[in-house]
Amino acid sequence: MLSRRDVIKALGLTAVASSSPGLALAAADTDSRFVLVVLRGAVDGLALAPPYHDDRYRDVRGELALGKPGTDDGVLELDGFFGLHPSLPTLHELYGANEALLVHAVASPYRERSHFDGQDVLESGATAVGLARDGWLNRALSPLAGTPAIALAQNTPLVLRGDNATTSWAPSRLPDADENTIGRLQRLYAEDEFFATRLEQALKSQEIAMDMGASGRRGNEAQQFGELMTSAARFLVAEDGPRIAVLEFGGWDTHANQGAVAGQLANRLAALDRGLANLRDGLGKAWSDTVVAVATEFGRTVHVNGTRGTDHGTATAAILAGGAVNGGKVIADWPGLSETNLYEGRDLRPTTDLRSVFKGLLADHLELAPSFLDREVFPGSASARPLENLVRT
Amino acid sequence: MNPVKAVIAANRFGLGAKPGELERIRRPETWLLDQLQGPSRTPAELGRLPDSASVLVEAQALRQAQREARSDDEDAVKKYGRWARGHYVDQASARYRHAAATDLPFHERLVHFWCNHFAVSADKQPLPTIAGLMENEAIRPHTSGRFYDLLLAVETHPAMILYLDNQRSIGPGSTLAKRANRRRRDREVGLNENLAREILELHTLGVDGGYTQDDVTSFAKVITGWSIGGAGERGRFADGEPGHFEFREAIHEPGAKTILGKRYSQSGIEQGRAVLSDLATHPSTARFVSSKLARHFVADVPPTDLVDRMVSSWLETGGELASVYRVLIEADESWTAAHSKYKSPHDFVISTLRAFRHVPDRPQFIVGALDLLGQTPYRPGSPEGWPDTAEQWGGADSLYKRIEWSNTVARLIGSRIDPVELGNAVLGQTLDPETRKAISRAESRVQGMTLLLASPDFQRR
Repeated sequence: MLSRRDVIKALGLTAVASSSPGLALAAADTDSRFVLVVLRGAVDGLALAPPYHDDRYRDVRGELALGKPGTDDGVLELDGFFGLHPSLPTLHELYGANEALLVHAVASPYRERSHFDGQDVLESGATAVGLARDGWLNRALSPLAGTPAIALAQNTPLVLRGDNATTSWAPSRLPDADENTIGRLQRLYAEDEFFATRLEQALKSQEIAMDMGASGRRGNEAQQFGELMTSAARFLVAEDGPRIAVLEFGGWDTHANQGAVAGQLANRLAALDRGLANLRDGLGKAWSDTVVAVATEFGRTVHVNGTRGTDHGTATAAILAGGAVNGGKVIADWPGLSETNLYEGRDLRPTTDLRSVFKGLLADHLELAPSFLDREVFPGSASARPLENLVRT
Repeated sequence: MNPVKAVIAANRFGLGAKPGELERIRRPETWLLDQLQGPSRTPAELGRLPDSASVLVEAQALRQAQREARSDDEDAVKKYGRWARGHYVDQASARYRHAAATDLPFHERLVHFWCNHFAVSADKQPLPTIAGLMENEAIRPHTSGRFYDLLLAVETHPAMILYLDNQRSIGPGSTLAKRANRRRRDREVGLNENLAREILELHTLGVDGGYTQDDVTSFAKVITGWSIGGAGERGRFADGEPGHFEFREAIHEPGAKTILGKRYSQSGIEQGRAVLSDLATHPSTARFVSSKLARHFVADVPPTDLVDRMVSSWLETGGELASVYRVLIEADESWTAAHSKYKSPHDFVISTLRAFRHVPDRPQFIVGALDLLGQTPYRPGSPEGWPDTAEQWGGADSLYKRIEWSNTVARLIGSRIDPVELGNAVLGQTLDPETRKAISRAESRVQGMTLLLASPDFQRR
C-alpha cells in the first residue's frame, strides 16, 4: 500500500501541472484507447479488494470476510495489506504484470445513497445531481476531434451523452432491413434531426460490426457483458473505428445473500474478470495503448445487514487495467475500519475523489489539458487534483 | 369535433389507435374521463392468471425440492426454472394481449404507468413468477382511487416485499433480536433498509423530498415485520398464511419513531400505515408524482404551471388520483401539439399491435420483441423503473432495432394491408404529407409498412 505521503505525491500536490491548449489538440489522432465500464448497483469495494490485513477486517465483515492469501478460499495477494477477490484471476495476473492497479476508499462527490442520483453524479461529472444533462466523457471529446466514441449498449449511458457525436451498438438477432428501405428512411428522416443523426450513427456502427463479423449471441447480463467486451475490442482495433468505448454492467446491489467466496457477488466478479480477459485478448497489440477504468456509483455498508447482504454505502474501490496502466499497486489513503473511522458510523470513509482518478487518466492518457478538465469536463473539481503516474510514460 | 385532439387522445393518452378508434372519439376529454373507472369486470386475459399467494406457495415447494435434489439430478434443478419461466411468459403475454385489444386504453396506460412507478424487476427469484400479478392485484384496482390505497396495496404486496428484501428485516430491539442476542446468534439479525429507502426516494417524496438517512433508518424500523406468511423454510418464518402479506410482531421494532420531524407512537402495523398515509399526502410526494405523470403524458420537460395545478388538486383532495388526472385531461398544455413524446419500446410494440389489430398467439412474439428493443417486460433492472424521456430511449442502436423490427413485423403481418390507409386510420390528419408521400411511393407494401412504423410520426405519440 502507498503511504499517505505517496498519495499526496500522486495527487500532484507537489508537482506543477503543465498545460497548453495545443497539447490537447495534438491528441486528435491518438492511438490511445480508453474503455470505461460503469458497474451499476453499487459494488462492495470491501469484497472486491478486501483489506485483509486491517485489524478490524474480520470482525466488521463477519460472515462476508475472506481468508488471508494462501489459505483455502483466501484472497489473492496484492500488496501485503489488500487482497483481491478470488473470482478475479485475470485482474490478479494483470496486477502481477504491472498492468492493473486499484484505487481504494474512493468515491465521487456524491454523499447520499440513491443509486440513481449516485450514477447521475458519477456520469455527469458534476458536483451534485441535476447540474449537467450531459456526461463528462462526452464533454472530454471536444478537443479530441477524430476520436469517435461508442457505447456498447442500445441506449447511450449518460456519461457519453451530450453535444459531441457518439454512437451506440448492441448485437441483434433480426435480419437487417435492406439498403433500399434504409435509403428511403434516410430521406424520410432528413427533416427531423433527432431521427436523422441517430440513423447515421447507427449505420456507421453497423458497417464496422458487419466487417468484424460481430456475434449476435445473447445470454443473461453476465454472459452478455463478456460478449460485449469482445465486441468492444473489435471496434477499438478497427482502423477507422472508435478509440473510446463505454460499457455498463448491472446487478451489483447485493442487499441480501451477497455471498463471500462464492455466491451472487462472486459470480458477477467472475463475469467482470472474463470480460477483462476478452478485452485484452481481443485487443492484441492495441492492449498496450489501452486503459480500462471500472467504476461504480458508491460502495456499501461496512457491516453485514440483517439479510446477509450490505446496504448502500459511500466509498468503494475502482479498477484501472490495460497495457498503458502503470500498475502493480493499490492507491489508497486508507481510512481504517474501526467504528470511529467509518463515514457516518456505517460506511467506508472516502479519502480519494474518483474525479482525481478520471482526471489523471484524461490528462496523461488522452493528453487533455488540466485547465480544460477543470473548466469543462469536471467543473468545480479544482480541489480534486488529477492523480499522477496512473499511466506509463 | 377536433380531429387532431382525437389523435392525441388515442395515441398520447391511449395506447395507439386501432383502425376505427379515431372515428369513435367524438369528445376526446369525455372519452378519456369515461375510462377512469376501468372495466366493470376483470378482463378475460387477466382473469385466467393464478393469484400470487398460490404461485409463491408452489415456488417455495419447488425450490425446496431443487435444494434437496442431488446435484446430478438435472431435472429437479431445471424444473423450477422452467416452471418460473412459464408463469413469467403467461403474465407478460396476458398483459400485452390485453393492451393490444382493450377499448379502455387510457385506463390501461395508467396501469402501466403505476406499474413502472412501483417497479419490481423480474431478474431476481421469485419475481418473474409474480411481477405481473402485482400489477393486477395491487395496482389495477386502485388506479383511479386514492394514492394512499394504491401505495398501501403495493407496499404490502409480496412481490414488493420480496423484491426489496423486507421480509426478514429485523428490528434490533424486537423480541426475536433480543432472544438471538442472548444466544449470541447476531449474524442474521438486523435491519434491511432497502424497502424503506425506495419508498421514500422512488414511491413517494422523491430523492429531493426532504428526508435524511435518519428518516430512512427510522422508517426501516417502522416497517420491520412487514413480511410474508410462510416466508421461509426455517421455523420462525414458517407461520402465517402462506404467500400472503403477514405482519410479524416478533421481528417488529417496538416503540415510537420519528420521521420527517413527526413522532409516530402507534403500535404494530398501524405505525407503518400512519407513516404511509402522511407520505401519500405530503407536498413533496404530490409534486414528485405529478411531475412524473405530466412527463409521461405531456412532455419530457413537463410544463411547470400544469404540474403546479396537479399538485394543488392532489393536496386539496388528499391524493384522489381521478381529480389529478382530470387536471391533466382538461389542461390546454396536454393538447397543444401531436407527436410530442418519443415512444418507449413498450409504447411502440403495443401501438403496432393495435394498428394491425393483431393479438399475437405466440407469447414469444411479444416478449422477444420487447427484449430485443431493450424493454423486457417486467424487467426494468432496478426499482427506479424504465426511463420516460427521448434522451434516455434515443440511442442510435435503439432506433436501428426499431427499424429492423418494423421491417420484420411488416413482413409477418403487414403485407396484406395498404400502408397509406393504415397510416390515415391510426394517425389521421397528423400523418405528415411527406411521410404519406414516402409510404405511397414505396416499392412494396412491406416496405411502405416499414416506413410507416419507423416514421417519426408513428415513433412519437
